Amino acid sequence: MARPLIRLSRFNIASLALGLAFLYLPIVILVIYSFNASQLVTVWGGWSLRWYSEFFNDQAMLSAAAMSLRVAAVSATLATLLGTLAAVALARGERFKGRTLFSGMLYAPLVMPEVITGLSLLLLFVALGAERGFWTVTIAHTTLTMCFVTVIVQSRLSGVDRSLEEAAMDLGCDPVRAFVSVTLPLIAPAIVAGWMLAFTLSLDDLVIASFTTGPGSATLPIRIYSEVRLGVKPEINAICSLIVGSIAILIVAASLATKLSSARGQNAAPM
Amino acid sequence: MAEVNPTLTPDIDEVAGPLLRIETVTKRFGGFTAVDALSLDIKAGEFFALLGPSGCGKTTLLRMLAGFEAPDEGRILLGGEDIAPMLPHQRPVNMMFQNYALFPHLSVRDNIAFGIKRAGLPRREIMARVAEMLALVRLEGLEKRRPDELSGGQRQRVALARALARRPRVLLLDEPLAALDKKLRENTQRELLELQRRLGLTFIVVTHDQEEAMTLADRIGVMNAGKLEQVATPRHLYEQPASRWVAEFVGDINILEGNVDSRDDHRWTVSVANAGNVVVTAPREATDSATVCVGIRPEKIRLSRRGPADAGAMNRLNGIVASVGYLGGASVYTMSLDNGATLRASLANTARLDVDAYAVGERVVAWFAPDDCIVLGR
Amino acid sequence: MSGRRIFTRPARIAAIAPYLWMALFFLVPFAFVVKISLSQTAIAQPPYLPVFDIGRGWQALKTAFATLSFDNFRLLVSDSLYLSSGLRSLTVAAGATAMLLLIGYPIAYAMARLPRRWQPVAMTLVIVPFWTSFLIRVYAWINILQHDGLLNKILLALHVVSTPVVWLSTDSAMYLGIVYSYLPFMILPLYATLAKIDPALLEAAADLGSSPLKSFWLVTVPLSLPGVGAGVLLCFIPIVGEFVIPDLLAGSDTLMIGQTLWLEFFTNRDWPVASATAVLLLLILLLPLLIYDRFQRRQMGRS
Repeated sequence: MARPLIRLSRFNIASLALGLAFLYLPIVILVIYSFNASQLVTVWGGWSLRWYSEFFNDQAMLSAAAMSLRVAAVSATLATLLGTLAAVALARGERFKGRTLFSGMLYAPLVMPEVITGLSLLLLFVALGAERGFWTVTIAHTTLTMCFVTVIVQSRLSGVDRSLEEAAMDLGCDPVRAFVSVTLPLIAPAIVAGWMLAFTLSLDDLVIASFTTGPGSATLPIRIYSEVRLGVKPEINAICSLIVGSIAILIVAASLATKLSSARGQNAAPM
Repeated sequence: MAEVNPTLTPDIDEVAGPLLRIETVTKRFGGFTAVDALSLDIKAGEFFALLGPSGCGKTTLLRMLAGFEAPDEGRILLGGEDIAPMLPHQRPVNMMFQNYALFPHLSVRDNIAFGIKRAGLPRREIMARVAEMLALVRLEGLEKRRPDELSGGQRQRVALARALARRPRVLLLDEPLAALDKKLRENTQRELLELQRRLGLTFIVVTHDQEEAMTLADRIGVMNAGKLEQVATPRHLYEQPASRWVAEFVGDINILEGNVDSRDDHRWTVSVANAGNVVVTAPREATDSATVCVGIRPEKIRLSRRGPADAGAMNRLNGIVASVGYLGGASVYTMSLDNGATLRASLANTARLDVDAYAVGERVVAWFAPDDCIVLGR
Repeated sequence: MSGRRIFTRPARIAAIAPYLWMALFFLVPFAFVVKISLSQTAIAQPPYLPVFDIGRGWQALKTAFATLSFDNFRLLVSDSLYLSSGLRSLTVAAGATAMLLLIGYPIAYAMARLPRRWQPVAMTLVIVPFWTSFLIRVYAWINILQHDGLLNKILLALHVVSTPVVWLSTDSAMYLGIVYSYLPFMILPLYATLAKIDPALLEAAADLGSSPLKSFWLVTVPLSLPGVGAGVLLCFIPIVGEFVIPDLLAGSDTLMIGQTLWLEFFTNRDWPVASATAVLLLLILLLPLLIYDRFQRRQMGRS
């Protein structure tokens, strides 16, 4: 079909290509350098897995990575639970007392500078006399990431035709049952995506973790940051490449999963 | 056609009273009154249609029957029991949704089985019931498909089977055929009617399509602004509308306003300023107001070049043809009467060639019987 | 509509847990920030003097109020370090947001014009970097920008420059890093509104005698303004408080306010001043945050 008015111009193609190149080239370069055999980051010394093995022998880095993964897994799960509940309340709760405050609290952390969130949480933990470490970081990350989960799940939820829930009730389900057997399967892809986003955001966070963690429980970004401040190190390239690689695998797997489920009939509103 | 399980026929034990009684039900949304102190009785085994323009409250009424809205006032009695406080899943009533609301993540079989599973029947019985329903709507072989792999007509049948599977005492249908194209709609109407007769179930359908309501329903309730204007059989509704509003909403009609000049037991003479004198049969419930509306359906008017030979009992109005609308089976002639009024006459095109048709600008006589005139208040 | 009432009660019950969580871990902490910002530094653990203890009753509270100290705020206002870092944060955020808009708009526009089935692919490609670590993406630029990094090597090889240029620890590097990191935040809301514009509107404009460029100005741009607003807010607010990017890429002569806060907290261990800085930062962001909140609410009302 010829639609001359919305045809891509050369300018469109160029801006798209340049934009994507800008977004991806630095990461690609980073990954390539991670296989560099040379001690000097900038001199190409041939392909090698040396820096990867260096990382796997670096106990401090490994324990930081383990800490990060644990925090990410627990906080993402908590955030998904809380965020989904919040999304349900916002999308199906109509107007309720304190709704404005509720939605404000859920949307503000999305843009709130991390230094503020981190500092304020730390002061709370200190005031409560909580011992800082795994749980304080996990709670902090849950607070931040559940807001992202809320946004993702809520947008999906508002796309689910409410007459589907009504049909389920008409066919003998009480409201909770109707939600579990009809709505939940339909928003499952968004919940999975929300969990994954929460996981990667937690894995990624430096600022909030720096404030809320205690001595001896550094997360991976905190370790990386302290190394990076001292300059570029090939080992960091390897670690970063590993992170990028695993996130890429996660995303591809997730998008395949959603594609499969959508191929099986995701159309919430049949024509 | 599949064999029907005898248990599907509902027990008709309320022969005495109506199956469903709606008592002065009112529903308000903020300041807007969607349903206004409405009362209605529906008999067991009846096919009832709620007809009205959009926003008249018919869907709200249906949703109150299903339990999605709670009435602000009034009672809804099903077999003598007030179901108004019951939640949707507690009511022996099922609904076929507009656009069907089929669960996109479930197969045809699981969609149909959804409601029966909630009843906690043994698995074997569920499967048997699903098979029975599939046969009923002739969808055997499609049980593994998902809704988006079905045609519009098939989806409609799945929705019907799903709603019937719980053996409701009343089936509610919200614009059941609106999503189908015209040809398919006619077939589906016939099937729906046949199914309802066979099962002997009570159907309540909401529609804005009067042809659909007329074809399907035993009785039609015409709704306007939250109230029932008239409840009657299709024929009664069309030939004896209760008000000018109903007369104009259902079908096409010519309305002539005038004063009653003389009245006896049988005939009234109404003088219409822009048409002349019209003789009408006296209405059963006589109004004593001097001004009335005379309604004549276009197909009740005949045209001729010279008028009928025996014109004694007929009304004759002279004028010229202003325009002709050819509709295939019939043509609609718009006449400009000599006195100024416009009149539409619908004539069947009984001959293929148009040698006898009236041309625009031609002088014609319109004539119609006093019996065919409907006398309405203003 | 209100028949949904049947669902609203369970939905409201669902709000309880997240509500309490956010109140405890997002709202209440701000009170502590304000409280500590009115306190004094002390060599102690935690390193500030207690301001007041509600447990000690009303009388104690009153005396505590009498001794409240606004010294930290007086310091913020009098010491040019804090004001200039606040000012710098605002100018950097404004400049970077303008650059983001300039770069993001053409990309989002091109995405919206892609054939329908390619649009989700393009969107995924833009989102993926957002999923990969922020820190890593900044670090990737250090690799490229450092003294003997890739950029200087290419420039030298092409004979554009004769000696290596200092890229790292400059404002250019910082702007580059910010634009790079925040680009998806600008593109996505822009794309969302641009993709919603009915192509028939452009056809109608053309039919009524408008040239493609005119149509763009008179139809596309006005209709995309909500996306522009969302993108600008989504970038501007966090950039004002940004820490990682200026810390790793910019020089250390003038700090952004996020860096100042970090410095006071981690290096100087002056929690009260850090808290006062946080309050200042919040005050700076109050207006944009309120606008953002209205934006979100309007968006929610639409869905």
